[in-house]
Amino acid sequence: MRRARTFVALALVLLGVATVAHAELPSGISRPDSERGLSQQELGAQLFAGNCATCHGIAGEGVLPPNRTRGAGNVRGLGPPLKGVGALAADFYLTTGFMPLQDPQQQPWRRRVEFTPKEIAAITQYVASLGPGPSIPRPDPSAGSVSVGFHLFTEHCAGCHQAVAEGGYVTNVRVPKLKQDTATQIAEAVRIGPNLMPVFSKHDISDRQLNSIIAYIESVKHPNDRGGWGIGHIGPVPEGMFTWLVAAVALVALCVLIGERLGKA
Amino acid sequence: MKKLRRFAFIFGAASGTLRGKGHRKRIVEKGESDPAAELWLVGLLLLSAIFAVGFIVVYATGRWPHRTQYEGIALGGSLAFMAAALILVAKRLIVTEELTEEYPEEEHPKEQVEVNQIVRESGSRFTRRKLVGGAATAAGGALGLALVAPALSLGPALDTDELRWSPWKRGTRLVHEDGAPFSASEIEKDTFYTAYPEHEPRSDIAAPVVIVRLDPSELRLPPERKDWAPLGILAYSKICTHAGCALGLYRKPMFPPVEPSPALVCPCHYSTFDVADGGNVLFGPAGRALPQLPLMIDRRGRLRAGGNFSGPVGPSWWGVRKKPAVSPGDNS
Repeated sequence: MRRARTFVALALVLLGVATVAHAELPSGISRPDSERGLSQQELGAQLFAGNCATCHGIAGEGVLPPNRTRGAGNVRGLGPPLKGVGALAADFYLTTGFMPLQDPQQQPWRRRVEFTPKEIAAITQYVASLGPGPSIPRPDPSAGSVSVGFHLFTEHCAGCHQAVAEGGYVTNVRVPKLKQDTATQIAEAVRIGPNLMPVFSKHDISDRQLNSIIAYIESVKHPNDRGGWGIGHIGPVPEGMFTWLVAAVALVALCVLIGERLGKA
Repeated sequence: MKKLRRFAFIFGAASGTLRGKGHRKRIVEKGESDPAAELWLVGLLLLSAIFAVGFIVVYATGRWPHRTQYEGIALGGSLAFMAAALILVAKRLIVTEELTEEYPEEEHPKEQVEVNQIVRESGSRFTRRKLVGGAATAAGGALGLALVAPALSLGPALDTDELRWSPWKRGTRLVHEDGAPFSASEIEKDTFYTAYPEHEPRSDIAAPVVIVRLDPSELRLPPERKDWAPLGILAYSKICTHAGCALGLYRKPMFPPVEPSPALVCPCHYSTFDVADGGNVLFGPAGRALPQLPLMIDRRGRLRAGGNFSGPVGPSWWGVRKKPAVSPGDNS
Protein backbone atom coordinates (compact mmCIF):
# COMPACT_ATOMS: atom_id res chain seq x y z
CA MET A 1 0.00 0.00 0.00
CA ARG A 2 2.76 2.34 1.00
CA ARG A 3 4.76 1.37 -2.05
CA ALA A 4 1.79 2.21 -4.30
CA ARG A 5 1.43 5.63 -2.66
CA THR A 6 5.14 6.36 -3.19
CA PHE A 7 4.77 5.37 -6.82
CA VAL A 8 1.81 7.71 -7.35
CA ALA A 9 3.69 10.57 -5.68
CA LEU A 10 6.74 9.95 -7.86
CA ALA A 11 4.59 9.87 -10.98
CA LEU A 12 2.97 13.18 -10.02
CA VAL A 13 6.37 14.81 -9.46
CA LEU A 14 7.59 13.57 -12.83
CA LEU A 15 4.43 14.86 -14.48
CA GLY A 16 4.97 18.26 -12.85
CA VAL A 17 8.58 18.41 -14.08
CA ALA A 18 7.46 17.47 -17.58
CA THR A 19 4.81 20.20 -17.59
CA VAL A 20 7.30 22.84 -16.47
CA ALA A 21 9.79 21.67 -19.10
CA HIS A 22 7.08 21.89 -21.73
CA ALA A 23 6.01 25.36 -20.65
CA GLU A 24 9.52 26.74 -20.92
CA LEU A 25 10.20 29.16 -23.72
CA PRO A 26 11.66 27.51 -26.82
CA SER A 27 15.42 27.42 -26.50
CA GLY A 28 17.97 28.35 -29.12
CA ILE A 29 16.86 31.97 -29.51
CA SER A 30 18.76 34.69 -27.72
CA ARG A 31 16.62 37.60 -26.67
CA PRO A 32 17.30 40.93 -24.98
CA ASP A 33 16.55 40.86 -21.24
CA SER A 34 13.44 42.94 -21.72
CA GLU A 35 11.76 43.62 -25.04
CA ARG A 36 9.70 46.39 -23.51
CA GLY A 37 10.89 49.92 -23.95
CA LEU A 38 12.92 49.05 -27.04
CA SER A 39 11.96 50.69 -30.30
CA GLN A 40 11.23 48.28 -33.14
CA GLN A 41 14.51 49.19 -34.83
CA GLU A 42 16.46 48.59 -31.59
CA LEU A 43 14.69 45.28 -30.94
CA GLY A 44 15.41 44.20 -34.51
CA ALA A 45 19.07 45.15 -34.19
CA GLN A 46 19.42 43.26 -30.89
CA LEU A 47 17.72 40.12 -32.17
CA PHE A 48 19.79 40.28 -35.36
CA ALA A 49 23.01 40.59 -33.38
CA GLY A 50 22.01 37.70 -31.13
CA ASN A 51 20.65 35.24 -33.69
CA CYS A 52 21.73 36.14 -37.22
CA ALA A 53 25.05 37.99 -37.11
CA THR A 54 27.19 34.86 -36.58
CA CYS A 55 26.59 33.83 -40.17
CA HIS A 56 25.36 36.99 -41.90
CA GLY A 57 27.85 39.42 -40.33
CA ILE A 58 27.17 42.08 -37.75
CA ALA A 59 26.16 44.58 -40.42
CA GLY A 60 24.59 41.99 -42.74
CA GLU A 61 27.70 41.87 -44.94
CA GLY A 62 27.73 38.07 -44.91
CA VAL A 63 30.53 35.69 -43.98
CA LEU A 64 32.18 34.71 -47.21
CA PRO A 65 35.17 32.50 -47.99
CA PRO A 66 38.35 34.57 -48.40
CA ASN A 67 39.63 34.84 -51.98
CA ARG A 68 37.38 32.04 -53.30
CA THR A 69 39.54 29.48 -51.49
CA ARG A 70 38.57 27.52 -48.45
CA GLY A 71 39.60 28.98 -45.15
CA ALA A 72 41.10 27.29 -42.11
CA GLY A 73 39.14 24.22 -41.04
CA ASN A 74 37.76 23.98 -44.57
CA VAL A 75 35.23 26.72 -43.84
CA ARG A 76 33.43 27.57 -47.03
CA GLY A 77 31.58 30.62 -45.83
CA LEU A 78 28.67 30.78 -43.44
CA GLY A 79 25.99 33.03 -44.83
CA PRO A 80 25.23 35.35 -47.74
CA PRO A 81 25.19 39.16 -47.39
CA LEU A 82 21.78 40.60 -46.60
CA LYS A 83 22.22 44.10 -47.97
CA GLY A 84 19.50 44.71 -50.53
CA VAL A 85 17.52 41.51 -49.93
CA GLY A 86 14.81 43.68 -48.40
CA ALA A 87 11.87 42.90 -46.16
CA LEU A 88 10.67 40.28 -48.65
CA ALA A 89 13.47 37.76 -48.03
CA ALA A 90 13.61 38.38 -44.26
CA ASP A 91 9.86 37.86 -43.90
CA PHE A 92 9.98 34.65 -45.96
CA TYR A 93 12.88 33.04 -44.09
CA LEU A 94 11.58 33.95 -40.63
CA THR A 95 7.87 33.16 -41.05
CA THR A 96 8.63 29.74 -42.59
CA GLY A 97 11.11 28.82 -39.85
CA PHE A 98 13.87 28.38 -42.49
CA MET A 99 15.99 30.70 -40.35
CA PRO A 100 17.68 30.65 -37.92
CA LEU A 101 19.58 27.56 -39.05
CA GLN A 102 21.22 25.36 -36.44
CA ASP A 103 24.02 24.45 -38.83
CA PRO A 104 24.88 26.79 -41.70
CA GLN A 105 25.73 23.83 -43.97
CA GLN A 106 22.30 22.26 -43.66
CA GLN A 107 19.46 22.83 -46.07
CA PRO A 108 16.88 25.35 -44.79
CA TRP A 109 13.66 23.44 -44.14
CA ARG A 110 10.27 24.39 -42.72
CA ARG A 111 10.44 24.21 -38.91
CA ARG A 112 8.62 25.53 -35.89
CA VAL A 113 8.80 29.34 -35.88
CA GLU A 114 10.51 30.38 -32.67
CA PHE A 115 10.29 34.16 -33.02
CA THR A 116 7.05 35.91 -32.11
CA PRO A 117 5.28 37.87 -34.87
CA LYS A 118 6.41 41.09 -33.22
CA GLU A 119 10.02 39.94 -33.22
CA ILE A 120 9.76 38.87 -36.85
CA ALA A 121 8.43 42.28 -37.80
CA ALA A 122 11.32 43.92 -35.93
CA ILE A 123 14.04 41.79 -37.57
CA THR A 124 12.39 42.23 -40.97
CA GLN A 125 12.43 45.99 -40.55
CA TYR A 126 16.05 45.88 -39.45
CA VAL A 127 17.13 43.75 -42.45
CA ALA A 128 15.17 46.03 -44.79
CA SER A 129 17.06 49.01 -43.33
CA LEU A 130 20.43 47.47 -44.33
CA GLY A 131 19.93 48.52 -47.93
CA PRO A 132 17.18 49.28 -50.43
CA GLY A 133 15.36 46.05 -51.36
CA PRO A 134 11.95 44.66 -52.29
CA SER A 135 9.10 44.98 -49.79
CA ILE A 136 6.77 42.16 -48.67
CA PRO A 137 4.47 41.31 -51.60
CA ARG A 138 0.69 41.44 -51.24
CA PRO A 139 -0.61 38.72 -53.57
CA ASP A 140 -4.34 38.37 -54.16
CA PRO A 141 -5.13 34.77 -55.16
CA SER A 142 -8.85 35.57 -55.43
CA ALA A 143 -7.99 37.69 -58.48
CA GLY A 144 -6.27 34.72 -60.11
CA SER A 145 -7.63 31.87 -62.21
CA VAL A 146 -7.10 28.29 -61.07
CA SER A 147 -6.98 26.94 -64.63
CA VAL A 148 -4.42 29.54 -65.78
CA GLY A 149 -2.52 28.85 -62.57
CA PHE A 150 -2.51 25.13 -63.32
CA HIS A 151 -0.88 25.73 -66.71
CA LEU A 152 1.69 28.13 -65.26
CA PHE A 153 2.41 25.77 -62.36
CA THR A 154 3.03 22.80 -64.67
CA GLU A 155 5.28 24.97 -66.83
CA HIS A 156 7.38 26.62 -64.13
CA CYS A 157 7.01 24.72 -60.85
CA ALA A 158 5.79 21.14 -61.27
CA GLY A 159 9.15 19.88 -62.58
CA CYS A 160 10.45 19.98 -59.01
CA HIS A 161 7.40 20.50 -56.77
CA GLN A 162 5.19 17.86 -58.54
CA ALA A 163 1.82 18.49 -60.12
CA VAL A 164 -0.09 18.78 -56.84
CA ALA A 165 2.71 20.60 -54.99
CA GLU A 166 3.73 17.53 -52.96
CA GLY A 167 7.46 18.23 -53.34
CA GLY A 168 10.19 15.81 -54.36
CA TYR A 169 13.90 15.72 -55.07
CA VAL A 170 16.52 17.44 -57.17
CA THR A 171 20.09 16.14 -57.05
CA ASN A 172 21.59 17.15 -53.67
CA VAL A 173 18.43 18.65 -52.13
CA ARG A 174 14.91 17.85 -51.06
CA VAL A 175 12.16 19.92 -52.67
CA PRO A 176 9.57 21.09 -50.12
CA LYS A 177 5.85 20.51 -50.47
CA LEU A 178 3.82 23.69 -50.62
CA LYS A 179 0.80 22.64 -48.58
CA GLN A 180 1.66 24.77 -45.55
CA ASP A 181 2.78 27.88 -47.39
CA THR A 182 0.69 31.02 -47.21
CA ALA A 183 -0.02 33.10 -50.31
CA THR A 184 2.56 35.66 -49.19
CA GLN A 185 5.24 33.01 -48.61
CA ILE A 186 4.69 31.52 -52.08
CA ALA A 187 4.92 34.96 -53.68
CA GLU A 188 8.13 35.64 -51.75
CA ALA A 189 9.75 32.29 -52.64
CA VAL A 190 9.07 32.82 -56.36
CA ARG A 191 10.96 36.13 -56.27
CA ILE A 192 13.82 34.94 -54.02
CA GLY A 193 14.49 31.43 -55.30
CA PRO A 194 15.46 30.00 -51.90
CA ASN A 195 18.35 27.53 -51.85
CA LEU A 196 18.60 25.83 -55.28
CA MET A 197 15.28 27.12 -56.66
CA PRO A 198 15.57 29.39 -59.72
CA VAL A 199 14.58 33.03 -59.35
CA PHE A 200 11.49 34.15 -61.26
CA SER A 201 11.43 37.89 -61.88
CA LYS A 202 8.32 39.88 -62.74
CA HIS A 203 9.46 39.55 -66.34
CA ASP A 204 9.18 35.72 -66.15
CA ILE A 205 6.08 35.52 -63.96
CA SER A 206 4.05 38.69 -63.63
CA ASP A 207 2.22 39.55 -60.41
CA ARG A 208 -1.07 38.67 -62.13
CA GLN A 209 0.25 35.26 -63.19
CA LEU A 210 1.57 34.77 -59.67
CA ASN A 211 -1.96 35.30 -58.31
CA SER A 212 -3.17 32.48 -60.56
CA ILE A 213 -0.32 30.17 -59.49
CA ILE A 214 -1.16 30.80 -55.84
CA ALA A 215 -4.87 30.23 -56.56
CA TYR A 216 -3.93 26.85 -58.04
CA ILE A 217 -1.73 25.90 -55.06
CA GLU A 218 -4.55 26.89 -52.69
CA SER A 219 -6.93 24.68 -54.67
CA VAL A 220 -4.67 21.61 -54.38
CA LYS A 221 -4.16 22.00 -50.65
CA HIS A 222 -7.41 20.10 -50.14
CA PRO A 223 -7.93 18.14 -53.33
CA ASN A 224 -11.23 16.38 -53.87
CA ASP A 225 -10.16 12.74 -53.62
CA ARG A 226 -13.11 11.12 -55.34
CA GLY A 227 -11.49 7.71 -55.29
CA GLY A 228 -11.04 7.58 -51.52
CA TRP A 229 -7.64 7.69 -49.83
CA GLY A 230 -5.22 10.19 -51.30
CA ILE A 231 -2.18 8.13 -50.11
CA GLY A 232 0.01 11.19 -50.38
CA HIS A 233 -1.00 12.09 -53.97
CA ILE A 234 2.06 10.30 -55.22
CA GLY A 235 0.71 9.87 -58.73
CA PRO A 236 -1.39 7.28 -60.55
CA VAL A 237 1.35 4.68 -61.16
CA PRO A 238 2.55 4.24 -57.56
CA GLU A 239 -1.06 4.47 -56.38
CA GLY A 240 -1.99 1.66 -58.76
CA MET A 241 0.99 -0.39 -57.60
CA PHE A 242 -0.05 0.15 -53.99
CA THR A 243 -3.54 -1.12 -54.80
CA TRP A 244 -2.19 -4.11 -56.67
CA LEU A 245 0.16 -5.05 -53.84
CA VAL A 246 -2.59 -4.82 -51.23
CA ALA A 247 -5.02 -6.75 -53.44
CA ALA A 248 -2.42 -9.39 -54.31
CA VAL A 249 -1.51 -9.98 -50.65
CA ALA A 250 -5.22 -10.22 -49.74
CA LEU A 251 -5.87 -12.73 -52.53
CA VAL A 252 -2.89 -14.91 -51.57
CA ALA A 253 -3.97 -14.80 -47.93
CA LEU A 254 -7.49 -15.88 -48.91
CA CYS A 255 -6.15 -18.73 -51.03
CA VAL A 256 -3.98 -19.95 -48.13
CA LEU A 257 -7.02 -19.73 -45.87
CA ILE A 258 -9.44 -21.73 -48.02
CA GLY A 259 -7.03 -24.05 -49.83
CA GLU A 260 -6.43 -27.71 -48.89
CA ARG A 261 -3.56 -29.93 -49.82
CA LEU A 262 -4.61 -32.98 -51.78
CA GLY A 263 -3.58 -36.50 -50.87
CA LYS A 264 -3.26 -35.85 -47.16
CA ALA A 265 -5.24 -38.91 -46.26
CA MET B 1 -13.65 -39.37 -71.10
CA LYS B 2 -14.43 -40.34 -67.60
CA LYS B 3 -16.10 -37.02 -66.99
CA LEU B 4 -18.19 -37.40 -70.10
CA ARG B 5 -19.29 -40.82 -69.01
CA ARG B 6 -20.24 -39.52 -65.60
CA PHE B 7 -22.17 -36.68 -67.22
CA ALA B 8 -24.03 -39.17 -69.40
CA PHE B 9 -24.84 -41.20 -66.34
CA ILE B 10 -26.24 -38.21 -64.51
CA PHE B 11 -28.22 -37.15 -67.54
CA GLY B 12 -29.58 -40.64 -68.00
CA ALA B 13 -30.40 -40.93 -64.33
CA ALA B 14 -32.21 -37.59 -64.36
CA SER B 15 -34.26 -38.42 -67.47
CA GLY B 16 -34.93 -41.89 -66.12
CA THR B 17 -36.25 -40.48 -62.87
CA LEU B 18 -38.42 -38.02 -64.79
CA ARG B 19 -39.93 -40.80 -66.79
CA GLY B 20 -40.46 -42.79 -63.62
CA LYS B 21 -38.48 -45.82 -64.76
CA GLY B 22 -37.14 -46.61 -61.32
CA HIS B 23 -33.80 -45.81 -59.68
CA ARG B 24 -30.31 -46.25 -60.95
CA LYS B 25 -27.40 -47.17 -58.73
CA ARG B 26 -25.71 -44.12 -57.14
CA ILE B 27 -22.34 -42.98 -58.47
CA VAL B 28 -21.55 -40.42 -55.82
CA GLU B 29 -21.86 -41.52 -52.24
CA LYS B 30 -24.78 -40.05 -50.38
CA GLY B 31 -23.52 -37.31 -48.05
CA GLU B 32 -24.97 -36.38 -44.72
CA SER B 33 -27.29 -33.39 -44.84
CA ASP B 34 -26.06 -30.25 -43.08
CA PRO B 35 -29.00 -27.94 -42.33
CA ALA B 36 -26.81 -25.47 -40.40
CA ALA B 37 -24.50 -24.96 -43.39
CA GLU B 38 -27.50 -24.52 -45.66
CA LEU B 39 -28.88 -21.89 -43.33
CA TRP B 40 -25.54 -20.05 -43.39
CA LEU B 41 -25.55 -20.29 -47.17
CA VAL B 42 -29.01 -18.76 -47.43
CA GLY B 43 -27.97 -16.00 -45.04
CA LEU B 44 -24.83 -15.15 -47.02
CA LEU B 45 -26.69 -15.14 -50.33
CA LEU B 46 -29.36 -12.85 -48.92
CA LEU B 47 -26.69 -10.51 -47.53
CA SER B 48 -25.08 -10.43 -50.95
CA ALA B 49 -28.45 -9.57 -52.47
CA ILE B 50 -29.05 -6.81 -49.90
CA PHE B 51 -25.67 -5.20 -50.61
CA ALA B 52 -26.28 -5.38 -54.37
CA VAL B 53 -29.66 -3.68 -53.91
CA GLY B 54 -27.88 -1.15 -51.71
CA PHE B 55 -25.54 -0.35 -54.59
CA ILE B 56 -28.50 0.28 -56.87
CA VAL B 57 -30.11 2.55 -54.26
CA VAL B 58 -26.91 4.58 -53.72
CA TYR B 59 -26.30 4.81 -57.45
CA ALA B 60 -29.81 5.93 -58.24
CA THR B 61 -30.42 8.36 -55.38
CA GLY B 62 -27.04 9.26 -53.95
CA ARG B 63 -26.23 12.96 -53.85
CA TRP B 64 -24.52 12.78 -50.47
CA PRO B 65 -20.76 13.08 -49.89
CA HIS B 66 -18.46 10.04 -50.29
CA ARG B 67 -20.94 8.48 -52.70
CA THR B 68 -18.12 6.69 -54.54
CA GLN B 69 -16.97 5.08 -51.30
CA TYR B 70 -20.50 3.90 -50.41
CA GLU B 71 -20.92 2.44 -53.88
CA GLY B 72 -17.61 0.67 -53.51
CA ILE B 73 -18.56 -0.74 -50.10
CA ALA B 74 -21.94 -1.92 -51.41
CA LEU B 75 -20.64 -3.63 -54.53
CA GLY B 76 -17.55 -4.96 -52.77
CA GLY B 77 -19.67 -6.30 -49.91
CA SER B 78 -22.04 -8.03 -52.30
CA LEU B 79 -19.12 -9.73 -54.07
CA ALA B 80 -17.45 -10.65 -50.76
CA PHE B 81 -20.60 -12.33 -49.42
CA MET B 82 -21.08 -14.11 -52.75
CA ALA B 83 -17.50 -15.40 -52.52
CA ALA B 84 -18.05 -16.53 -48.92
CA ALA B 85 -21.22 -18.36 -50.00
CA LEU B 86 -19.33 -20.17 -52.77
CA ILE B 87 -16.52 -21.12 -50.39
CA LEU B 88 -19.11 -22.48 -47.96
CA VAL B 89 -20.76 -24.52 -50.73
CA ALA B 90 -17.42 -25.97 -51.79
CA LYS B 91 -16.26 -26.81 -48.30
CA ARG B 92 -19.38 -27.92 -46.50
CA LEU B 93 -22.14 -28.84 -48.94
CA ILE B 94 -20.73 -30.54 -52.03
CA VAL B 95 -20.03 -34.22 -51.58
CA THR B 96 -16.40 -34.75 -52.45
CA GLU B 97 -14.19 -37.76 -52.93
CA GLU B 98 -10.53 -38.12 -53.68
CA LEU B 99 -9.54 -40.36 -56.57
CA THR B 100 -6.18 -41.23 -58.01
CA GLU B 101 -5.67 -42.56 -61.47
CA GLU B 102 -2.72 -44.65 -62.65
CA TYR B 103 -0.84 -43.63 -65.77
CA PRO B 104 -2.27 -45.59 -68.71
CA GLU B 105 -0.04 -48.34 -70.06
CA GLU B 106 1.46 -47.89 -73.50
CA GLU B 107 -1.10 -49.31 -75.84
CA HIS B 108 0.94 -50.30 -78.92
CA PRO B 109 4.63 -50.49 -77.99
CA LYS B 110 5.49 -52.67 -80.97
CA GLU B 111 3.86 -50.41 -83.53
CA GLN B 112 5.69 -47.37 -82.14
CA VAL B 113 9.04 -48.99 -82.68
CA GLU B 114 7.93 -49.85 -86.22
CA VAL B 115 6.89 -46.28 -87.00
CA ASN B 116 10.30 -45.04 -85.89
CA GLN B 117 11.96 -47.55 -88.14
CA ILE B 118 9.81 -46.56 -91.14
CA VAL B 119 10.69 -42.90 -90.72
CA ARG B 120 14.41 -43.67 -90.46
CA GLU B 121 14.43 -45.92 -93.53
CA SER B 122 12.38 -43.51 -95.68
CA GLY B 123 15.29 -41.06 -95.56
CA SER B 124 17.81 -43.49 -96.97
CA ARG B 125 18.09 -41.69 -100.35
CA PHE B 126 19.78 -38.71 -98.65
CA THR B 127 23.55 -39.09 -98.93
CA ARG B 128 24.68 -35.53 -98.11
CA ARG B 129 22.80 -35.03 -94.91
CA LYS B 130 24.91 -32.18 -93.55
CA LEU B 131 24.76 -30.21 -96.79
CA VAL B 132 20.99 -30.55 -97.08
CA GLY B 133 20.58 -29.69 -93.42
CA GLY B 134 22.72 -26.55 -93.87
CA ALA B 135 20.72 -25.46 -96.89
CA ALA B 136 17.43 -25.97 -95.04
CA THR B 137 18.75 -23.95 -92.09
CA ALA B 138 19.79 -21.15 -94.47
CA ALA B 139 16.36 -21.07 -96.10
CA GLY B 140 14.50 -21.09 -92.77
CA GLY B 141 16.80 -18.51 -91.18
CA ALA B 142 16.67 -16.13 -94.12
CA LEU B 143 12.88 -16.35 -94.26
CA GLY B 144 12.74 -15.58 -90.53
CA LEU B 145 15.01 -12.55 -90.97
CA ALA B 146 12.86 -11.34 -93.87
CA LEU B 147 9.82 -11.45 -91.59
CA VAL B 148 11.62 -9.48 -88.85
CA ALA B 149 13.23 -6.97 -91.22
CA PRO B 150 10.34 -4.43 -91.25
CA ALA B 151 11.24 -3.70 -87.60
CA LEU B 152 14.07 -1.59 -89.03
CA SER B 153 11.42 1.01 -89.87
CA LEU B 154 11.06 1.67 -86.12
CA GLY B 155 14.24 3.73 -86.29
CA PRO B 156 17.30 4.38 -88.39
CA ALA B 157 19.64 1.44 -87.89
CA LEU B 158 22.20 1.59 -90.68
CA ASP B 159 22.07 5.22 -91.79
CA THR B 160 22.02 7.24 -88.55
CA ASP B 161 22.90 10.56 -90.18
CA GLU B 162 19.37 11.91 -89.90
CA LEU B 163 19.70 11.65 -86.11
CA ARG B 164 22.45 14.26 -86.34
CA TRP B 165 20.23 16.82 -88.00
CA SER B 166 19.53 19.99 -86.10
CA PRO B 167 17.61 23.08 -87.21
CA TRP B 168 20.32 25.40 -85.84
CA LYS B 169 22.99 27.09 -87.97
CA ARG B 170 25.13 30.18 -87.65
CA GLY B 171 22.89 33.25 -87.48
CA THR B 172 19.60 31.56 -86.45
CA ARG B 173 17.82 33.80 -83.96
CA LEU B 174 16.62 32.38 -80.63
CA VAL B 175 12.92 33.08 -80.12
CA HIS B 176 10.35 32.72 -77.34
CA GLU B 177 7.49 30.25 -77.59
CA ASP B 178 5.37 33.05 -79.11
CA GLY B 179 8.02 33.77 -81.77
CA ALA B 180 9.42 37.01 -80.27
CA PRO B 181 13.23 37.11 -80.45
CA PHE B 182 15.31 36.94 -77.26
CA SER B 183 17.38 40.00 -76.37
CA ALA B 184 20.61 39.48 -74.47
CA SER B 185 19.52 42.16 -72.01
CA GLU B 186 16.41 40.26 -70.90
CA ILE B 187 18.38 37.17 -69.81
CA GLU B 188 18.76 37.31 -66.05
CA LYS B 189 20.93 35.24 -63.76
CA ASP B 190 19.59 32.53 -61.46
CA THR B 191 16.75 31.52 -63.78
CA PHE B 192 16.33 29.68 -67.06
CA TYR B 193 14.51 30.18 -70.36
CA THR B 194 13.38 27.87 -73.16
CA ALA B 195 14.10 29.09 -76.69
CA TYR B 196 13.43 27.82 -80.22
CA PRO B 197 15.06 28.47 -83.61
CA GLU B 198 13.30 31.16 -85.66
CA HIS B 199 11.38 29.91 -88.73
CA GLU B 200 12.28 26.27 -88.10
CA PRO B 201 10.11 23.31 -87.08
CA ARG B 202 9.83 23.10 -83.30
CA SER B 203 8.77 19.49 -83.28
CA ASP B 204 12.36 18.45 -84.05
CA ILE B 205 14.13 17.01 -81.02
CA ALA B 206 17.06 19.39 -81.55
CA ALA B 207 14.90 22.53 -81.67
CA PRO B 208 14.39 23.50 -78.00
CA VAL B 209 17.32 24.95 -76.06
CA VAL B 210 17.71 26.17 -72.48
CA ILE B 211 19.28 29.58 -71.89
CA VAL B 212 20.96 30.39 -68.58
CA ARG B 213 23.22 33.19 -67.51
CA LEU B 214 26.24 32.99 -65.22
CA ASP B 215 28.82 35.50 -64.20
CA PRO B 216 31.56 35.33 -66.91
CA SER B 217 34.11 34.71 -64.12
CA GLU B 218 32.26 31.52 -63.14
CA LEU B 219 32.63 29.93 -66.58
CA ARG B 220 34.99 26.96 -66.97
CA LEU B 221 34.42 26.30 -70.68
CA PRO B 222 37.07 24.44 -72.71
CA PRO B 223 39.40 26.83 -74.59
CA GLU B 224 37.87 26.15 -78.02
CA ARG B 225 34.50 27.32 -76.70
CA LYS B 226 35.67 30.57 -75.14
CA ASP B 227 33.53 32.69 -77.50
CA TRP B 228 30.41 30.56 -77.07
CA ALA B 229 28.97 32.41 -74.06
CA PRO B 230 28.92 36.17 -74.63
CA LEU B 231 28.25 38.08 -71.36
CA GLY B 232 28.07 34.71 -69.62
CA ILE B 233 24.90 33.69 -71.51
CA LEU B 234 24.87 29.97 -72.30
CA ALA B 235 22.56 27.80 -74.37
CA TYR B 236 22.23 24.02 -74.12
CA SER B 237 19.99 21.48 -75.77
CA LYS B 238 16.88 20.96 -73.63
CA ILE B 239 16.90 17.22 -74.37
CA CYS B 240 18.67 14.88 -71.95
CA THR B 241 21.34 12.69 -73.56
CA HIS B 242 20.17 9.67 -71.59
CA ALA B 243 16.54 8.95 -72.46
CA GLY B 244 15.47 12.13 -74.25
CA CYS B 245 13.39 13.77 -71.53
CA ALA B 246 13.09 17.57 -71.46
CA LEU B 247 15.36 19.14 -68.86
CA GLY B 248 12.85 20.97 -66.72
CA LEU B 249 14.89 21.58 -63.59
CA TYR B 250 17.53 24.23 -63.11
CA ARG B 251 19.20 24.18 -59.74
CA LYS B 252 21.07 27.35 -58.90
CA PRO B 253 22.82 27.99 -55.60
CA MET B 254 21.59 30.95 -53.64
CA PHE B 255 24.80 30.97 -51.60
CA PRO B 256 27.46 29.28 -53.77
CA PRO B 257 30.08 28.70 -51.03
CA VAL B 258 27.97 26.04 -49.32
CA GLU B 259 25.53 24.95 -52.00
CA PRO B 260 25.97 22.72 -55.08
CA SER B 261 27.03 24.31 -58.35
CA PRO B 262 24.48 25.50 -60.92
CA ALA B 263 23.27 22.61 -63.06
CA LEU B 264 20.47 21.45 -65.33
CA VAL B 265 18.69 18.40 -63.93
CA CYS B 266 16.55 15.93 -65.83
CA PRO B 267 13.33 15.10 -63.97
CA CYS B 268 13.18 11.53 -65.34
CA HIS B 269 16.34 9.93 -63.91
CA TYR B 270 18.13 12.90 -62.33
CA SER B 271 20.96 13.21 -64.82
CA THR B 272 22.69 16.43 -63.80
CA PHE B 273 24.68 18.59 -66.22
CA ASP B 274 27.14 21.28 -65.17
CA VAL B 275 26.27 24.50 -67.01
CA ALA B 276 29.56 26.24 -66.19
CA ASP B 277 31.93 23.79 -67.90
CA GLY B 278 30.11 22.94 -71.13
CA GLY B 279 27.42 20.53 -69.99
CA ASN B 280 29.51 17.71 -68.50
CA VAL B 281 27.65 15.06 -66.54
CA LEU B 282 27.86 15.59 -62.77
CA PHE B 283 25.50 12.80 -61.74
CA GLY B 284 23.06 10.32 -63.16
CA PRO B 285 22.78 7.81 -65.96
CA ALA B 286 23.53 10.16 -68.90
CA GLY B 287 26.55 8.90 -70.79
CA ARG B 288 27.78 12.05 -72.51
CA ALA B 289 27.78 15.81 -72.07
CA LEU B 290 24.78 17.96 -72.91
CA PRO B 291 25.25 19.50 -76.39
CA GLN B 292 26.05 23.21 -76.11
CA LEU B 293 24.85 25.74 -78.67
CA PRO B 294 27.36 28.55 -79.34
CA LEU B 295 25.79 31.99 -78.98
CA MET B 296 26.49 35.45 -80.35
CA ILE B 297 24.83 38.81 -79.92
CA ASP B 298 23.97 40.78 -83.05
CA ARG B 299 24.11 44.55 -83.50
CA ARG B 300 20.54 44.96 -82.27
CA GLY B 301 21.29 43.03 -79.10
CA ARG B 302 19.42 39.88 -80.14
CA LEU B 303 20.67 36.38 -79.34
CA ARG B 304 21.74 34.31 -82.36
CA ALA B 305 23.26 30.88 -82.73
CA GLY B 306 26.98 31.07 -83.47
CA GLY B 307 26.93 27.68 -85.17
CA ASN B 308 25.57 24.23 -84.51
CA PHE B 309 25.59 22.18 -81.31
CA SER B 310 28.81 20.78 -79.88
CA GLY B 311 27.45 17.29 -80.58
CA PRO B 312 24.33 15.46 -81.75
CA VAL B 313 21.21 16.09 -79.67
CA GLY B 314 19.14 13.55 -77.81
CA PRO B 315 19.59 9.99 -76.53
CA SER B 316 22.81 8.34 -77.62
CA TRP B 317 23.25 5.58 -80.18
CA TRP B 318 26.24 3.68 -81.55
CA GLY B 319 28.76 6.00 -83.14
CA VAL B 320 27.18 9.13 -81.66
CA ARG B 321 30.57 10.62 -80.87
CA LYS B 322 32.07 10.00 -84.30
CA LYS B 323 30.48 12.80 -86.32
CA PRO B 324 29.16 16.26 -85.41
CA ALA B 325 25.63 17.63 -85.61
CA VAL B 326 24.34 18.59 -89.05
CA SER B 327 22.84 22.00 -89.85
CA PRO B 328 20.23 22.76 -92.51
CA GLY B 329 22.03 23.40 -95.81
CA ASP B 330 25.04 21.28 -94.90
CA ASN B 331 25.66 18.63 -97.54
CA SER B 332 27.12 15.70 -95.70
